[in-house]
Amino acid sequence: MRGSRRARWTFGAMMALGLAFVYVPLVVIVINSFNASTVFAWPPKDLTTKWWVETAGNPSVRHAVLTSVEVAVVATAVALVLGTLLAFALARYRFFGLQAMSLLVVLPIALPGIVTALAFRTGFRTFLGLELSLWTVAIAHATFCVVIVHNNAVARLRRTGLAPEEASMDLGADGFTTFRLVTFPLLRGAMLAGALLAFGLSFDEIVVTLFTAPPGVTTLPIWIFQNLQRPNQAPTVNVVAAVLVLISVVPIYLSQRVAGESTAGGRI
Amino acid sequence: MVGAHDQDGETFAVRLRGLRKEFGDVVAVDGVDLDVRDGEFLTLLGPSGSGKTTVLRMVAGFELPTAGTVELGGVDVTRRAPFERDVNTVFQDYALFPHMTVLDNVAYGLRVKRVGRRERTRRAEEALAGVRLAGFGPRTPSQLSGGQRQRVALARALVNRPRVLLLDEPLGALDLKLREQMQVELKAIQRQVGITFVFVTHDQEEALTMSDRIAVFAGGRIEQVGTPADVYERPATPFVAGFVGTSNLLAGEAARQVVGRDGTWSVRPEKIRIERDDDGADGAHGARGTVREVVYVGSATRFVVDLDVGSTLVALQQNLQTSSMDVQGLRGARVRLVWRPEHEFRVADQATDPAVAVPDPVP
Repeated sequence: MRGSRRARWTFGAMMALGLAFVYVPLVVIVINSFNASTVFAWPPKDLTTKWWVETAGNPSVRHAVLTSVEVAVVATAVALVLGTLLAFALARYRFFGLQAMSLLVVLPIALPGIVTALAFRTGFRTFLGLELSLWTVAIAHATFCVVIVHNNAVARLRRTGLAPEEASMDLGADGFTTFRLVTFPLLRGAMLAGALLAFGLSFDEIVVTLFTAPPGVTTLPIWIFQNLQRPNQAPTVNVVAAVLVLISVVPIYLSQRVAGESTAGGRI
Repeated sequence: MVGAHDQDGETFAVRLRGLRKEFGDVVAVDGVDLDVRDGEFLTLLGPSGSGKTTVLRMVAGFELPTAGTVELGGVDVTRRAPFERDVNTVFQDYALFPHMTVLDNVAYGLRVKRVGRRERTRRAEEALAGVRLAGFGPRTPSQLSGGQRQRVALARALVNRPRVLLLDEPLGALDLKLREQMQVELKAIQRQVGITFVFVTHDQEEALTMSDRIAVFAGGRIEQVGTPADVYERPATPFVAGFVGTSNLLAGEAARQVVGRDGTWSVRPEKIRIERDDDGADGAHGARGTVREVVYVGSATRFVVDLDVGSTLVALQQNLQTSSMDVQGLRGARVRLVWRPEHEFRVADQATDPAVAVPDPVP
């Protein structure tokens, strides 16, 4: 798009301002995780990796990371299976209630997290009579992870259409061979992109986790929440926050790359 | 219409009997009978929505007929899956596998039939050379032009040596020059490999150029089956007369006055000579009228003439000596249209059939 010089400068400045507003605080967190001063005097006089070493040796942090990974892996795995199956059902078949199903499938991502969280807590404990555990956290996370995987897969299925599969059958491949050699390879990128996004989303989820986790189960975001008010933990909190930033950015970056291989589509 | 060569003993590459397909309330194919001989280049010609592609998809096995049968080489395959039929398809949008190289695309059919890697690579490379794409094997489809993708799709189908090759408007996405070039190439390839081709198109010129026989479709039915010359010079219905060429119909009072007989009659535009009305020579066969439109088309000029007896004929004149600038002044002029009586032909009068639309004469 072309515009006058002034328009370009104005839009450029607005964009820079907006991006700065979002990213400067993040950069400050990351820099502060290397700040040698315990009270985080700004600008930092000395940089140190002391906090990182200390944090790495902190058993409660290591335990929280492990918990978060466990939850995210289970949630992503569930989402991958259900999201892909849903995508096939909704993109390939015409049936009564199709529109309603499509809406119901994507709704969880739009519902307020606190409502979902409350509903799950009530549902698990009083309705199903389950003890809260890591599994209840993972299942609750999976509900919105399913949406991400579904959206990615459905967009890819709609864009590819039935033509490649028809061509495969026409050339003599039966249904299973067609799935193995054509359908799945064409869908793989979208599934991977969806899985990476889902993993990142589950990893930093806090509201749903708080409501569905039993006491004593601490994911990384919950650990930060609990240690925020303790002054002597401040350097460690900074490091953990910096780690969370990195862990969230990498999957999203990778999913963009994967989805971009054949023009991205259907990302939230 | 049943082919004339329906003697006992002859098996046809494709035989369709009473083929019908409904999509909900819509009847896409309404009772089609057709025989395709071995090694024949048969074209299904018709406007969009006339059912020709649906017929092709039922032969390929992508659609299950509502009624009727599909036979391939004398065997009823109506209920068989696409991968159980000895036919291959060249799709309109090519449908190449985007995640495979050109070579893997072409070798796909051999791969799923468990031909060894070395053997299938050799045959795929041979097939690529056959469509003048030797050396393109390692590329991906996205790196090819439209015409190249088209030829890959052709190689991918031909490498399997199917009994019948189905082509669904395969040249539709190409530009005019490339299309004309591919028409010649396709015909040459067909002659060379000797495989039966069933070719779908809405382009009458393409059909006339390439086919051994043409089946003209309208409203889900076959209007006429015949050689290009049959269909063009002796159209069986007004629809065929209009769709294959320009309709140029004389009916009712106009027919009685000009032809001297009842019925619906037609004359091809290039058979009509145009003369000034004052030229006298009243003995010649033809009609008087006024020029409504003069259209310059390069090699020729097209005249749309309103006849005094109440009909409209199109006459095509080669630009042998005159250029368009000289004839532009003829708009509104009084002229005589002259043709030889043997160039008139009668078209079956189907004006009562609402399914058959007669298009307006194209100026």
